[in-house]
Amino acid sequence: MEIYLLLFFILILAIFLGLELISKIPSTLHTPLMSGANAISGITLVGALTLQTDGTLQMVLAFCAIAFASINVFGGYLVTNRMLKMFKKK
Amino acid sequence: MMDFDFTMLQQIGYIASAILFIYGLKMLSSESSAAKGNMVSSFGMLLAILVTLIDVINPVLMLSAILVGGSIGAIFALRVKMTSIPEMVALFNGFGGLSSYFLAWSEFNNQTEISLVMTLTYLTIFIGGITFSGSLIAFFKLSEVLKNTSNFVNSASRWMLIFGCSFALLCILQIVLNVSGLLILEMDLIRIIFVCFLIASLITGLAFVLPIGGGDMPVVISLLNSLSGIAAALAGIIITNTALIVAGCLVGASGLVLTLIMAKSMNRTLYNIFFVGYAASGSSDAEIEGEIKPITAEDAFLVIEAARSVLIVPGYGMAVAQAQHVVKELGDLLENNDCEVSYGIHPVAGRMPGHMNVLLAEANVSYDNLLEPKDINPKMDIVDVAIVIGANDVVNPSATEQPGSPIYGMPILEVYKAKTVMVLKRSMSSGFAGVQNPLFFKENSRMLFGDAKESISKLVAEFKE
Repeated sequence: MEIYLLLFFILILAIFLGLELISKIPSTLHTPLMSGANAISGITLVGALTLQTDGTLQMVLAFCAIAFASINVFGGYLVTNRMLKMFKKK
Repeated sequence: MMDFDFTMLQQIGYIASAILFIYGLKMLSSESSAAKGNMVSSFGMLLAILVTLIDVINPVLMLSAILVGGSIGAIFALRVKMTSIPEMVALFNGFGGLSSYFLAWSEFNNQTEISLVMTLTYLTIFIGGITFSGSLIAFFKLSEVLKNTSNFVNSASRWMLIFGCSFALLCILQIVLNVSGLLILEMDLIRIIFVCFLIASLITGLAFVLPIGGGDMPVVISLLNSLSGIAAALAGIIITNTALIVAGCLVGASGLVLTLIMAKSMNRTLYNIFFVGYAASGSSDAEIEGEIKPITAEDAFLVIEAARSVLIVPGYGMAVAQAQHVVKELGDLLENNDCEVSYGIHPVAGRMPGHMNVLLAEANVSYDNLLEPKDINPKMDIVDVAIVIGANDVVNPSATEQPGSPIYGMPILEVYKAKTVMVLKRSMSSGFAGVQNPLFFKENSRMLFGDAKESISKLVAEFKE
C-alpha cells in the first residue's frame, strides 16, 4: 500500500507543477498548447506497452490502447509542430 | 544472459522524459521558443517509448499497433485544415480517454481477487469513458453534424447524467464493501457489474455533453482535455508507472487552467455552463432603440480608406468563412495606406481557446499585433474604425450596460467606443447566447451584410483599383 501513497504524492506535486507551468503560457498559444497536451496524453502508450496479452480479449484491448494512444502521440506532435511554425514575428 | 536490470533503466528513462516534458511546456511560454519546446517534449515521449520497448512481452503485436495508430495520427495531422483544429483536438481528447479506458479494462481482467486498487481502475474507466463519448459528441457538435438539441433531450440527458454518476458511485462503493468484508459477492457477479459499468461510463459521457450548446464548446473541450490527462494519471497509479502519472497530471492541469480561463472570460460559473446553459438563465429583453444602418462595400471602402487606425475583431464567422487570408490582405493594404492595424482577440472568440490566433498565424499576421481586451479597451476611443468579422457576443455592449442580460458582466471588446464600428455579418440572427446585440443599433454602427470572405474580398478589390 505504501507505494500507492508515494505515487499519490508524485501526482499531487505534478498537478501543482502543471498549474504553475501552464498559467505562464500566453493566450496566443492556447490552441497549440491543447494539441500539444493531446500528444502528451498519449503517454498511455507507455503504459499500454506493459499490458499482458494472454487470450484474445487481452490482445484486442492492448492493441486498441496502443493504437489510440499512438494516434495522439504522432498526430498531436505533428499538428502542434505545423501550427507553431506559423507563429512568426515581423 | 538477461541479468541486465531493465526496470532500473526504464525508471531513469522516465525521469529524463519527465524533465523533457516539463522543459518543453516551459518553452511554450514564449512564442519564439514554442516550436523548440514542442520538439523537446516529443523527444521526451520518444525516450519514454524507447525505454519501454526494450522489454515488451509481445513485440509484434505492439509494434504493429504503434504503426497503425501512428500512421492514422500522422495522416490526420498533415491533412487537417487550420479551421478544423477544434474538431481534431476534440477527437484526440477522446482517443486519449479511450486509451486509458482500454488500459484499465485490461488491468481489471488480470485481477483474480478484489483489492482497493480496483476502485482506481473503476475511476479510470469512468473518466476515460466520459472523455471518449463526451468528446465524440463535442466533435459532432463542432463539425455541425449535431445541432443544438431539444429541451426534452436536454432534460432527459441531465437525468441520465445523474443516474450514471450515482450508478458509478454505487459500483465503486461495492468494491470498498467487498474489500472490507461487509459485502461478499462472487467474482462472476463482480464481472457482470463491471461490464454494466463499462457501458454506463460511456452513456454518462454522452449525457454530459449532449445538452451543452455549440457556443460553450471552448469550455467543454478544455475540460475534456483535462479529463484525458487525469485518466492517464490514474491509469499510471494502477500500473505503478511514474511516466503516466507525471505526464497525465501536466495535461490535467493544462486543461483545468484553460477551462477556468474560458469560464472567467464568459463571466460564468462552471456549474452554469455545464448544467444550466444560456437558455435557462432568465433573459430580460430590454427594448433596443435605434435602427440598423446597412452599408455597401463601396461606402465601407471609403470609410476605412480614410481611417488612420483600424481594429479588426475576428470571431467564429471568420473561421466558418475561412476568411483569415483575405483579412490579412486587407490589413496589409490598410497598412500601406498609412493606417495602424491591430487585431482584437477575445479569449472565447471561435470554438476553442486560441482559435483566432492560430488562424491569423496561418495567414502570417505577426503575433505582436494580436491584442487582448485588457490591452485594447483603454485605447478604444482613438480607434477610427473597428471591423467586426463574424463576432457577436464578445462585442455585445449589453454585457456592460444591461444588468438583466444573460451575458451581463462578461468582459468584452468595447468596440462601440470606436468612432465607427463596421459589422460584417451574414444575417441579423443573434449569437450563440441567443441575446440580441444593441451594438448593431448604435449610432456609430454600420452593417455590411454577406459572407465575410466575399465582403472583405470586395473591400480588397476596391483598394486595388
